[in-house]
Amino acid sequence: MFGFSRAQSIAFVVMVVLIAVCPYVLYPVFLMRVLCAALFACAFNLIIGYVGLLSFGHAAFFGMGSYVAAWTMKHWHVDASVAIIFGGLTGAALGLVLGYLAIRRSGIYFAMITLALSQMVYFFCLEAPFTGGEDGIQQVPRGHVFGFIDLSNDMTMYWVVSAVFLAGFLLVHRIIHSPFGQVLKGIRENEPRATSLGYRTDDYKLIAFVLSCMIAGIAGGTKALVFGIATLTDVHYSTSGEVVLTTLLGGLGTVFGPAMGALVVTSMENYLAQFGAWVTVTQGVIFIICVLAFRRGIIGELGAFLKISL
Amino acid sequence: MIMIFGIPGPLLFGQLLLGLINGAFYAMLSLGLAVIFGMLNIINFAHGSLFMMGAFASWMLLNYLGIGYFPALILAPLLVGIFGIILEKTIISRLYKLDHLYGLLLTFGLSLVIEGLFRNAYGSSGMPYRIPNILQGATNLGFMYMPNYRGWVVVAALVVCIATWAIIEKTPLGATLRAATENAPLVQAFGVNVPRLITLTYAGGVALAAFAGVLAAPIYSVNPNMGSNFINTVFAVVVIGGMGSIMGSIITGFGLGVIEGLTKVFYPQASATVVFLVMVIVLLIRPRGLFGKAA
Repeated sequence: MFGFSRAQSIAFVVMVVLIAVCPYVLYPVFLMRVLCAALFACAFNLIIGYVGLLSFGHAAFFGMGSYVAAWTMKHWHVDASVAIIFGGLTGAALGLVLGYLAIRRSGIYFAMITLALSQMVYFFCLEAPFTGGEDGIQQVPRGHVFGFIDLSNDMTMYWVVSAVFLAGFLLVHRIIHSPFGQVLKGIRENEPRATSLGYRTDDYKLIAFVLSCMIAGIAGGTKALVFGIATLTDVHYSTSGEVVLTTLLGGLGTVFGPAMGALVVTSMENYLAQFGAWVTVTQGVIFIICVLAFRRGIIGELGAFLKISL
Repeated sequence: MIMIFGIPGPLLFGQLLLGLINGAFYAMLSLGLAVIFGMLNIINFAHGSLFMMGAFASWMLLNYLGIGYFPALILAPLLVGIFGIILEKTIISRLYKLDHLYGLLLTFGLSLVIEGLFRNAYGSSGMPYRIPNILQGATNLGFMYMPNYRGWVVVAALVVCIATWAIIEKTPLGATLRAATENAPLVQAFGVNVPRLITLTYAGGVALAAFAGVLAAPIYSVNPNMGSNFINTVFAVVVIGGMGSIMGSIITGFGLGVIEGLTKVFYPQASATVVFLVMVIVLLIRPRGLFGKAA
């Protein structure tokens, strides 16, 4: 199913069981934060792990998704599902425009351009009236999903977030294992050759980028619902850096890496929060260690040890 | 009072001067990034942090050792340059065989560590650095009053930029450097110690950032975030100019500073984004950058 190998199917079952059991052991709001971060990282992994493009501006799509979902929830009183879809569409639309510009360059320039464009989005959000500037959009109601499921209860909200995460996770997996995904991998390995085979590589890259931005927008919208707030932090470039760290630590181009990375990075932030700037220092040290000695990430190393692809 | 396009002259010239100053910092930082990228194939994300370290070094020299501004202008870049040599030797040199995206990730991690440590030690609110006595006050230029320190920053930055250009384009050392950028193994075959050249290039680029930091200390308050505020804009400047030419980086840096200053006069809301808008236009018309070579 969905192109899972045997080992991946087992890992998927383990993940689903963990998602089902954990809220009875751990704090659901913390777990929802992990799931949103994991979905965001899955979206990011699609573009770095399978197309080989390092986007340093993914916070723009996450944050704008978060703003739009929060705004529609608060001012139009739409259904929660509609707000999340609005978040995704916003991410996709913004991804189409910024991606069209950024894909004109590759490699290191792509990273710098996405960073600069996301910085522009940040300044836009700082000035634009609808975002509430420094205050952000606060006290966003969680509302109802599909009209009748009340989300004010944390556990109900948790199951909805889990469903969104699993849907996004499977969507990414399906994209990667489709013929389209095979072409993406071909472009990553050897772009001139893909071009010579007649593929319009720029179109493929742009479509993958837009899909990734859409899922990032969904993750942002879901996050806004869970915490009832959308702020400038969501569009700040430190959020972009965080998703890079999450994916790198979990394992670039692995199926389960982003989720694992999200669990570790979010827990670390949670427990180190009282130490202030030491969180930043720790994140930086993890970056350095990952790049120097641990480039396959946790899941990648585990897979290499067990000689399976996870 | 002189009016230009309906704007009072002193206001216009004042913003132009501020623009030139920002442009001076863009030029010095993007110049260092370009030189480092040419030689190491790494985008030094830590450049903003090293700029900040330059400002902090001058503040520490003054407050802990009583060493004033002008000696700091030499000493701070030297200290930060030595720090750069240590970084290059111990960490960055391990990356040359890898995809250069890893260089970006590693130096991003470095910048997080450096900024986090400074924030822990000194907090996020800035510390003032006094303008040296000799540069206090303002001069009447006839059309405006120019604060002496600001004039000095523009002149000093220009001199350093031109000197860097001259070293790279006009001296035997620069010729070796340019040759090694084109084809390192061949230059090594001629008996040049290329790894040492790489280390010195990194140290040079870093020292340039630190020098900019010292110049910036009296203008902006010395604080751990001063580098990251700048560096994103500098990346846009690098994309606009393309990293192919030294003079190109200098011209683009100053030019964009001036454009930013003018925007502040005519349409202040867009002043933070105008550099990025220019980048978008350049990407649409000339994706490789104004002075960039074809990919």
